[in-house]
Amino acid sequence: MDINYSAEELAFRDQVREFLRAELPADIAERVRLGKHLSKNDHQRWQRILNTRGWYAANWPVEFGGTGWSVVHKHIFEEECAAFGAPRLISFGVNMVAPVIIKFGSAEQKAYYLPRILDGSDWWCQGYSEPGAGSDLSSLKTRGVREGDHYVVNGQKTWTTLGQHANKIFCLVRTDPQAQQQRGISFLLIDMATPGISVRPIITLDGEHEVNEVFFDNVRVPVANLVGEANQGWTCAKYLLSHERTGQAGIGISKAALAHLKQVAAREGRLDDPLLRAQIAEVEMQLMAIEVSTLRILAAAQAGGVPGAESSILKIKGSEIRQAISHLLRKVIGPCALPFLEDELDPAFAGAPLHADYAAGPASQYLNLRKLSIYGGSNEIQKNIIAKMILDL
Amino acid sequence: MDFKLTEEQQMLQDTVARLVRDSYGFEQREHFYRSEPGFSREFWQQLGELGLCGMPFSEAHGGFGGSGVDNMLIMTELGRGLCLEPYLQSQIHAGGLLQQLGSVEQLERLLPVLISGELQLAVALEERQSHYQLLDVQTRAERVDGGWELSGRKVVVIGGHSAGMLLVSARTRGEARDEQGISLFLVDPQAEGLSRKVYPTIDGPKACDLFLERVLVRDTDLLGEPGQALAALRYQQGRAIAAQCAEAIGSMQEACQLTLDYLKTRQQFGKPIGKFQALQHRMVDMRTELELATSMAILAACVADQADSLERSRRLAAAKFIVTRAARFIAEQAIQLHGGIGMTWEYNLAHHAKRLVMLSHQLGDDDHHLSAYAELLHSA
Ligand SMILES: Cc1cc2nc3c(=O)[nH]c(=O)nc-3n(C[C@H](O)[C@H](O)[C@H](O)COP(=O)(O)OP(=O)(O)OC[C@H]3O[C@@H](n4cnc5c(N)ncnc54)[C@H](O)[C@@H]3O)c2cc1C
Repeated sequence: MDINYSAEELAFRDQVREFLRAELPADIAERVRLGKHLSKNDHQRWQRILNTRGWYAANWPVEFGGTGWSVVHKHIFEEECAAFGAPRLISFGVNMVAPVIIKFGSAEQKAYYLPRILDGSDWWCQGYSEPGAGSDLSSLKTRGVREGDHYVVNGQKTWTTLGQHANKIFCLVRTDPQAQQQRGISFLLIDMATPGISVRPIITLDGEHEVNEVFFDNVRVPVANLVGEANQGWTCAKYLLSHERTGQAGIGISKAALAHLKQVAAREGRLDDPLLRAQIAEVEMQLMAIEVSTLRILAAAQAGGVPGAESSILKIKGSEIRQAISHLLRKVIGPCALPFLEDELDPAFAGAPLHADYAAGPASQYLNLRKLSIYGGSNEIQKNIIAKMILDL
Repeated sequence: MDFKLTEEQQMLQDTVARLVRDSYGFEQREHFYRSEPGFSREFWQQLGELGLCGMPFSEAHGGFGGSGVDNMLIMTELGRGLCLEPYLQSQIHAGGLLQQLGSVEQLERLLPVLISGELQLAVALEERQSHYQLLDVQTRAERVDGGWELSGRKVVVIGGHSAGMLLVSARTRGEARDEQGISLFLVDPQAEGLSRKVYPTIDGPKACDLFLERVLVRDTDLLGEPGQALAALRYQQGRAIAAQCAEAIGSMQEACQLTLDYLKTRQQFGKPIGKFQALQHRMVDMRTELELATSMAILAACVADQADSLERSRRLAAAKFIVTRAARFIAEQAIQLHGGIGMTWEYNLAHHAKRLVMLSHQLGDDDHHLSAYAELLHSA
């Protein structure tokens, strides 16, 4: 057994660090560290920088413009990006729909969509969930009725993350109402500018506009936008979900958040409180355990295994630890976590902070991060998966 | 032993519950939140007209002589409605300090208008570095002819934007964390040298920071003896803690009820999600935490107005600790069991969850009271 990276992997890490030191815009990293909001432009700037270096599509094969990295390389890259305060990539295009197109799409679809994802021409959002179909996704009701060369789509999607920025949405729609739940669903690529689509914001409890409702009223989608076979969309969805779940432990992000927590605690003069120190120590030890667990799964995947229900364990523990760190950060700020300073959270804010630059973000961020245990398959659903797939219960 | 309410207390509870029900629907609260004062002046006026603003004050001073239990009943209903008015800060906390420390002249000047609801007070104790430590006071009061000059900064003064008079702690002598030398002053918010930066808090009520630059306060506005305020600050913080525990109970009851209703109505996988045993047990855990927290809120209410003692301090620290932990557990689980809906601004539950989590940022969090209790173990 050897828990260390190989010499080649260490050299790769140095390369990544050098790149991040040179290329990551300081203002963006600052906003990420302080838990402030990021603008559409912030995300696009960072995507362009990565793409110029050829490192945007870490999960794609080389032939389509990806890196062809091993899982360990990808892990190192993600961890370093997080440590330096790079924004988390908006995964809907590059890490969700693209792998589906690569695996199931037609030659035309690959040739058209993949370059547009790389160069930022398209911003994708994910149209899966519906008001009545959350955890029970395959009960979705949005309908697509074939009329000649088109599907006519009617229905509603919800919780659509950053749909307000998107010009494309990939959707699961029911194309065969007679078939059993998971059959009869198709995977459609839809242009948001198509007549009949409207987007309504949902404001979350932290006052942010991050999610939306998307309504479809007789939206005509060319049949050419179907990915894979008609009524076989669930296969695409499952494939995509497995992509969504890997890397979900978010070890790098949690480590960066923990480092920030320690810095803030020191600046607040709170590190001499033994109770607080013990709590920070506790999350640090738990994080260590999650990290080694991640590496074990990575090594297995590296050796050709397919990460199975173990990734559910990482999803649960990874989201819980991230939430625990955000709780401690809020706590460390004390009474100064109470002010709701929307202007300070704004990406364009350039004034003097009311208290400290790190004080405005934590309460909002703590609230916002409740989502981690809800989306991408809630933690309860993950436990059901573990019970069934690992424990055979 | 008797945990029943008297007939009068029943009536009090019904009165407040009805008032809150009628005035504090979700839309109405949203409207109050976005209004200039950040709460409803009309609702406040009604509290005054019904005599509720005078409840915590002794009959000798023109109040209604309410007990800790009466305060608990009022606060629980205000908590259930997520009311934005600074009743706790003004009537219970500041009012208590005034009643305990005020001279006859000060009481005659301020209590009648406080009791009628015409005047609101606010308590300005917390500073940038103080982190719930009442004795960590850096704001200074220098002796000048006929009074004192206050300089320093106070943070997150809830209701400080609408208060007609501020109760500000400042050092008349000693170093930052000395027990002696802390004084309490009545400060006119319009005084020269004082400015306020107003903002909403993340759970709703408005607050402000106070910037004091050589603000002149006359001798007649010093509360109590110079340098001797700490004992009263501690005692009245205890009363405020009891009131806040009650407020949390009202909010927790509502959060539990909303969640229970949702478990019974939300369908996934062809049945109400409340049929999943994993969620049943979670809901049971929430109810259990609520039960224990309720007991501690009752304990706190019963000791809040007792004479100062080690036992009282211990019980109040314990109440705040248990209630804080329960509140966070219930807030987080209520959101989780709702799924995405639980995170939306348009749904009341999210606002209860925010309040329940953020209550811990006032009057000391769970760590603060755990340490305080542990300290008291030495003295047992
Ligand atoms: C901030 C945010 C962003 C999102 N972004 C997107 C997006 O971009 N695109 C998209 O399509 N969706 C998105 N989602 C939706 C997300 O995937 C759903 O919220 C999630 O699937 C849960 O569904 P639900 O909210 O309807 O909750 P429900 O499924 O109604 O669940 C409610 C509760 O019941 C529990 N539960 C349900 N079934 C079971 C069971 N069998 N056993 C035990 N417990 C159970 C759940 O764990 C949860 O606690 C987002 C959600 C959030 C909060």
